Amino acid sequence: MKKVEAVIRPFQLDVVKEALLEIGIKGMSVSEVKGYGRQKGHTEIYRGAEYVVDFLPKIKVEVVIKDEDLDNVLDVIIDSAKTGKIGDGKIFVSNIEKAVRIRTGEVDNEAL
Amino acid sequence: MKLYRKSCLIASLLIFAPSMSFAGTKFNSGDTAWLLTATALVMLMTPAGLALFYGGMSRGKNILNTIGLSFAAYATVSIMWVIWGFSLSFGKDINGIIGSMQYLFMSGIGVKTLVGSIPTFVFASFQMTFAAITVGLISGSVVERLKFSSWIVFTVLWVTFVYAPIAHWVWGGGWLSNLGALDFAGGTVVHINAGVAGLVFALMLGKRRGFRKIAMPPSSIVLTVLGAALLWFGWFGFNAGSALSANGLSGAAFLSTNTAAAIGAASWMFVDWLTHKHPTMLGGASGAVAGLVAVTPAAGYVNIIGALVIGAVSGVLGWFGASYLKYKFDYDDSLDAFGVHGLNGIWGALATGIFADPAIGSAKGLLYGNPHQLFVQLIAVLATITYSALGTFILVKITSAVTNGLRVSDEEELKGLDISIHTEKGFEI
Repeated sequence: MKKVEAVIRPFQLDVVKEALLEIGIKGMSVSEVKGYGRQKGHTEIYRGAEYVVDFLPKIKVEVVIKDEDLDNVLDVIIDSAKTGKIGDGKIFVSNIEKAVRIRTGEVDNEAL
Repeated sequence: MKLYRKSCLIASLLIFAPSMSFAGTKFNSGDTAWLLTATALVMLMTPAGLALFYGGMSRGKNILNTIGLSFAAYATVSIMWVIWGFSLSFGKDINGIIGSMQYLFMSGIGVKTLVGSIPTFVFASFQMTFAAITVGLISGSVVERLKFSSWIVFTVLWVTFVYAPIAHWVWGGGWLSNLGALDFAGGTVVHINAGVAGLVFALMLGKRRGFRKIAMPPSSIVLTVLGAALLWFGWFGFNAGSALSANGLSGAAFLSTNTAAAIGAASWMFVDWLTHKHPTMLGGASGAVAGLVAVTPAAGYVNIIGALVIGAVSGVLGWFGASYLKYKFDYDDSLDAFGVHGLNGIWGALATGIFADPAIGSAKGLLYGNPHQLFVQLIAVLATITYSALGTFILVKITSAVTNGLRVSDEEELKGLDISIHTEKGFEI
């Protein structure tokens, strides 16, 4: 199993969710995060006092999937989250050792 | 107030108040209806207009406390005004310095007692709202670090020993009105007074932790703009009401007020645009208030060209005070009570001596061949600055002794005053 963490633009969330649903990914966790990468923050000015805001709001999508779905999922996320401008986000993939569905006790691929 | 023509009248009426019911003046229901309305308009300025204007500029953890300072000022002054404040300001003149205590608890005033053509009860209510907003304005200099107890004690002391005497000098038949100083609605009494007091208080209180080192973004520019709009609305009562009558003069004051506010908003925003490359809404809201402040002493004296010039300069001056002067001299006048109200109060008072048009308010300024008026205005400005600064200095010392210091602890300041003082949050987000 793999965990795919995608940090994306908040506005792209619905597009990404729909695209993943279409290829059969039926669950995800979403959190609001702040951060920065190559996209720099912005400046705010209040009565002449300038504040540089470094951290920008992003959405982090987490899905745990079967190994064989990985390439497909990555393609779909890249496709749906991309605008081509700096700040589209990043995707991180890691291995998952175990998964359990609490209600039934099913494990691993059956639990996804 | 329209003191150039009316001060002597008001003073003499007040001296003979118990028996003055029909002493040469007639009750006028139109004037009275307008002044009742104007009083309610000015009332709105403190617990709503100023509270939101300041509250939106403070950080999210201090918004409720900031609003609370204005709210508490209004309630506190309302109580003390009917007990001794009105009497000290408008009681029988004692040597041009202060009013007598003849109206303690409003005694000796009946429903038929008049000031000019309006009941004294209405006049006293109208004046009460002025006293309340003046001390409320000071809070802008000291927010986000002041103890609530210190604020209440300071409010009572300051209105008694600084506001009441100056109101008496200018409007209550005191020495400045006898000198012929023009202050239609409170450039000296309200704005210079509050701005200077705020600066002195801020210097004595010290800076907020992290001033100029950490970001202190406003909690909500939306609330600040709404507050500014409410102030603008209430200011029609403040300035047009200060004619103490419903007639052409109050109409002239009304239009001058709106004009100066509008061009003040435009000019501050425009300076922002030139210097920071962006027109800011905080600048627009601040500029409207700057224009309102500057036109306050002038509203019933100047013509529309005068109002345009006064307002245009006010936006630049307010910007200079809030965005340059404060940082140049490194003092934490947090929400710029001095930068906006102090500087523009001074400008407005002097501008009245320049632009006063006899076709509007029967007084002549420099442009109409009366340079002496500007000189008198300068005396009024200097007297107000001096007395306000000295009085505030002493009263802050006393407040500090009474409330065992002025500042909240560092931990409380860090946590925010809403939680640490009030155990409440402004918002649940």
